Amino acid sequence: MKYILMMHCPVNGYDAFGAWPKKDIEAHLAFMLGFNKALREAGEWVAGEGLASPREAKIVRAGQDGAPITDGVFPEAKEFLAGYWIIDVETPERAYALAARASAAPGPGGAPLNMPIEVRQVMSGPPEEFQ
Amino acid sequence: MTPGVLDGRAEHLLRELAPQVLGAVIRRFRDFSSAEDAVQEALIAAALQWPREGVPDNPRGWLIQVASRRMTDYLRSDLARRRRETQAAAESGDVAPAAGLPEETGGDDTLILLFMCCHPALTPSSAIALTLRAVGGLTTAEIARAFLVPEATMAQRISRAKNSIKASGEPFRLPTSQERAQRLRAVLHVLYLIFNEGYTSSGGPQLQRLELSREAIRLTRAAHVLLPDDAEVAGLLALMLLTDARRAARTGPDGQLIPLPQQDRGLWDRQEISEGVALLTAVLSRGSVGAYQLQAAIAAVHDEAACAKDTDWPQILALYDLLKRMSDNPMVILNHAIAAAMVHGPARGLELLRALDSDARLAGHHRLDAVRAHLLEMAGDYQAAITHYRIAAGRTTSTPERNYLMLQAARLSENNQTTRPCSIFIHSSE
Repeated sequence: MKYILMMHCPVNGYDAFGAWPKKDIEAHLAFMLGFNKALREAGEWVAGEGLASPREAKIVRAGQDGAPITDGVFPEAKEFLAGYWIIDVETPERAYALAARASAAPGPGGAPLNMPIEVRQVMSGPPEEFQ
Repeated sequence: MTPGVLDGRAEHLLRELAPQVLGAVIRRFRDFSSAEDAVQEALIAAALQWPREGVPDNPRGWLIQVASRRMTDYLRSDLARRRRETQAAAESGDVAPAAGLPEETGGDDTLILLFMCCHPALTPSSAIALTLRAVGGLTTAEIARAFLVPEATMAQRISRAKNSIKASGEPFRLPTSQERAQRLRAVLHVLYLIFNEGYTSSGGPQLQRLELSREAIRLTRAAHVLLPDDAEVAGLLALMLLTDARRAARTGPDGQLIPLPQQDRGLWDRQEISEGVALLTAVLSRGSVGAYQLQAAIAAVHDEAACAKDTDWPQILALYDLLKRMSDNPMVILNHAIAAAMVHGPARGLELLRALDSDARLAGHHRLDAVRAHLLEMAGDYQAAITHYRIAAGRTTSTPERNYLMLQAARLSENNQTTRPCSIFIHSSE
């Protein structure tokens, strides 16, 4: 069964990350590389991407003539998608365990960030069994 | 193999030969994992060369030779690596085939491989992937496409499965007579899952992925040829044929789900139905009846009804009664409730469903709500039916099923007044 793990951050999350001490940034990046590698080696990786800073995000709507009207991000939005993984696992418990591992990525001083990871099942209905 | 490059007959030949060739190479080199990689390379080489140069006179020998050459290459590079690492190449560099295991017929090897690939140490998804590659002769890329995952991910899954088999110390022979029945059940379960994966399509919006169902039928047919006296193998093959027969009628042009009673029965594959019924008749006359045979029998009752209202529900109910005694699977109990509703009325079905409310295995499962919605509609309680259709739609993880359930709720809320006799059971035997 496939799940998407969505990592969220506040609008200033990227700036805060960039202000960490060098070794903490390195430890965080190394953790993410290792996490991705482990997913690939476990045969569970489907896809994953990191997104550019939410400061660069635009909200687009169609105008009267269908032409795009762009706007900056809504200031009231508290959480932004920072990156995601799509994984293919045997059980929901496995998806939660992986999400918890990602959540505990190291932050400043190496302490776990325990950031929220939203876990959603991809519409890929497991085969129904009647046996 | 690569479609459009190799013609259908050559491709079929290649796939038939794959497990036989693998068996021969394992016998010669005694290493399942590397032999499996070597045979995969030989199959890919054949898919590239045969269309250009023609199918060789002895295709089996050709494949064994190419795979053996690959094995020798692996052994050489492995030896060289170990030499470099240890500087103590005690082994005198002999990479000729080991004494090897006695030759056996290709058929037995296919069976041994099926047992190995469906080893209980493997998770279902790894057993499925390995079976499709080692026994089915599919490439990693093809399997990855069928399951909508990257090829590298599928390759990892297969390689981990092979490591698990290695770690289990499974010898390359048929299971002992004591473990045989249990191991055969595992094999049939994996074949069933492959079929189901193709039939209900767990991957994305497309409802049916033809190749996997076809592949499951091909492999089960091979198992049936090798074990003609096993009633459950025949039962599973019959179940697949009788279910697959409805394939063309089961989806609309845009992939939308068409429930059994509304299917155009003219689209059902008569040849598959008669083959399934013949298999089933032959096997049922032998006495011992297993779960696959019962499910096949239920599918046959549906297939033999000229139209939905001619369905012999009392017989289906009787078959579910038997099946229920054999398995306490909640899906069986759910289907039994539907049959009971069709025979004794919706109140009886709803009463049976209430017993399932406390079943933890079904907690939050959309199917319970979907069936309840159908039975409530049948009972004329449209408001409650709408509620349960919507709950089911919110819980399913299949896009066509979600669309179907949402539309059922929308239809009911629009013509709340219209009484519509309902026998729309999308799950009755599926």
